[in-house]
Amino acid sequence: MNGGIWVVVEARDGKPKKITYEMLSLARRIAGAQDEEVAAVLCGHNLAETAAGLGKYGADRVYLADDERLASYTTLAYTRVLADLVRHRVPRVVLAGYTVTGRDLMPRLAARLGTGLFTDCTGVELDGSELVFTRPVYAGKAYLRGVTTASPALATIRPNVFPARPPADDRQAIVEEVPVELGPQDLRQVIREVLCQVSARPELTEADIIVSGGRGVKAPENFKLLEELADALGGAVGASRAAVDSGWVEHRFQVGQTGKTVSPVLYIACGISGAIQHLAGMGSSKCIVAINKDPEANIFKMADYGIVGDLFEVIPELTTVCRELKSQG
Amino acid sequence: MKIAVLIKQTFDTEARIALAPGGGIEAEGVNLIVNPYDEFALEEALRIKEKIGSGEVVVVSAGGPRVQDVLRTALATGADRGIHIEDPGLAGADEYSMATVLAAALKQESFDLVLAGWRAVDDGSAQVAIRVAEILGVPHVNVVTALAVEEGRAAATMEIEDGCQVVEVPLPAVFTAQKGLNEPRYPSMRGIMQAKKKPLAHLTLNDLTPADMLPKTKPTGYFLPAGRQAGRVIDGEAAAAVRELVRLLREEAKAI
Ligand SMILES: Cc1cc2nc3c(=O)[nH]c(=O)nc-3n(C[C@H](O)[C@H](O)[C@H](O)COP(=O)(O)OP(=O)(O)OC[C@H]3O[C@@H](n4cnc5c(N)ncnc54)[C@H](O)[C@@H]3O)c2cc1C
Ligand SMILES: Nc1ncnc2c1ncn2[C@@H]1O[C@H](COP(=O)(O)O)[C@@H](O)[C@H]1O
Repeated sequence: MNGGIWVVVEARDGKPKKITYEMLSLARRIAGAQDEEVAAVLCGHNLAETAAGLGKYGADRVYLADDERLASYTTLAYTRVLADLVRHRVPRVVLAGYTVTGRDLMPRLAARLGTGLFTDCTGVELDGSELVFTRPVYAGKAYLRGVTTASPALATIRPNVFPARPPADDRQAIVEEVPVELGPQDLRQVIREVLCQVSARPELTEADIIVSGGRGVKAPENFKLLEELADALGGAVGASRAAVDSGWVEHRFQVGQTGKTVSPVLYIACGISGAIQHLAGMGSSKCIVAINKDPEANIFKMADYGIVGDLFEVIPELTTVCRELKSQG
Repeated sequence: MKIAVLIKQTFDTEARIALAPGGGIEAEGVNLIVNPYDEFALEEALRIKEKIGSGEVVVVSAGGPRVQDVLRTALATGADRGIHIEDPGLAGADEYSMATVLAAALKQESFDLVLAGWRAVDDGSAQVAIRVAEILGVPHVNVVTALAVEEGRAAATMEIEDGCQVVEVPLPAVFTAQKGLNEPRYPSMRGIMQAKKKPLAHLTLNDLTPADMLPKTKPTGYFLPAGRQAGRVIDGEAAAAVRELVRLLREEAKAI
């Protein structure tokens, strides 16, 4: 059957990332009008159980490419599998997350298929039967709407923007194993080493709550205060470029134009002045709290709630209150 | 070692963005800079050449006449030669068209390495460099923070969600630069003088005859986001302000 809306699933240790559920809900919404098929595409190894679980979240069908050589993501192998499948089954739309993997895979896939790609989309709407994509330009200072003039339409979706519907336990997807054909050309990349710091905290771009620190935090050891607050809230820790450039925090925690773009439910900016390049990375947060000792700081112009004060007093206090709440359940 | 560096001229990150009367983005009066990530790419190319002790660094940019400025700056910083692709036919180019044109220019020579930025900070969408790799039929590694080049191979450290990984690929290959790769140098006075004598080639689409370069996407409009309103500043000493903040976050914002 031709047509359909596809979602490229990203799973980690067999568990789909949150963005997968966000995309499946989005896919259902845009399929709604024409009742088009929503298919999840899952590449990896030993993922039968993961595949079976996707129906509840909105997939009608799951294409499962299970192969030892797909156990870890590499661009060329995954591009090959997806390109073969797309050519064979001809979807109308292919969605993936604007994540490390999606950013790497989708431009390559788009080029191989000779089609168009919208990246980091914050909006996908049906206009009649045409899909209109919205994406930020100039670091979110403006937005572009556009359509593709070739098929399939490819898009990467910004995490934490589209709501994920709760699972429907009575829904099941048809799981279809697809053949995996890989040649030496597809296996030219070899992962030599993976250096991860496993953290109990959620990933920055997926987190519902982010506690972020800037130059006002003054020293690397003081980030501990922010970590304690983040842990009390079940959130992640972020930083401004000033904190990163001072060597207090690694670059992967930087929020902003040359760091990560985040849209949490709650962003708590501590000792951050609110430079335009920082705002570019967190301006789409649903609620912004600023803690800054300077009442004139720019961050107060866009914060929903602000406390003018010394973060070394305010943060520990806030942590205490949040811990109390948590213990009350 | 022959190294190409893809450089895009972009708006200054401080630039205020306004809509032009025609519906596009107003470019009049905007300060233009080298895309910050492309500066990392150029620096890395220069370091690789210096380390090997021989080779050539060629900077390539497509765009209007002002693009020459960024190419001259790159030459002053140490690149050996520049290629400027300029053509009225580039108007309305999308990422597909741009990658097709850049790849056609790169195909005219044979490069061992192509370095680019992972994303252009203007209307860029983090795809041109990867598309170029696919069109050239060579592997790429994205968001690279360290690069070790050996005979015929390279090991690139790429940023992943909670750390990094080292990916080895055969050359030729494309690498896109992420912050952290290096600290770019500035052009020296001597470099600026020398740059005037360095070759800067001008190519048009006629010289490149790219295959189909019709865009695959079409913008239908731009809009500016609704600005955020300043909210409420909570007064009082720390303990009381914090309690009030938590109350508001729970009851009003429903954020915790
Ligand atoms: C090309 C380019 C890209 C950039 N990309 C980014 C980016 O991705 N992300 C980013 O963040 N920046 C980026 N910047 C840098 C940006 O312009 C700012 O310099 C940076 O965001 C400032 O960080 P900051 O707010 O922590 O520091 P500052 O501006 O120095 O602000 C520190 C704040 O802390 C407050 N403070 C001090 N002590 C205390 C205390 N005890 N309690 C409470 N408050 C206190 C001060 O009042 C002040 O407001 C970029 C710049 C350029 C040119
Ligand atoms: N017009 C251009 N000329 C030269 N290089 C470009 C151009 N557009 C994009 N690039 C390169 O591709 C990278 C990614 O750009 P983009 O896909 O637009 O975000 C940039 O950092 C440049 O290295």
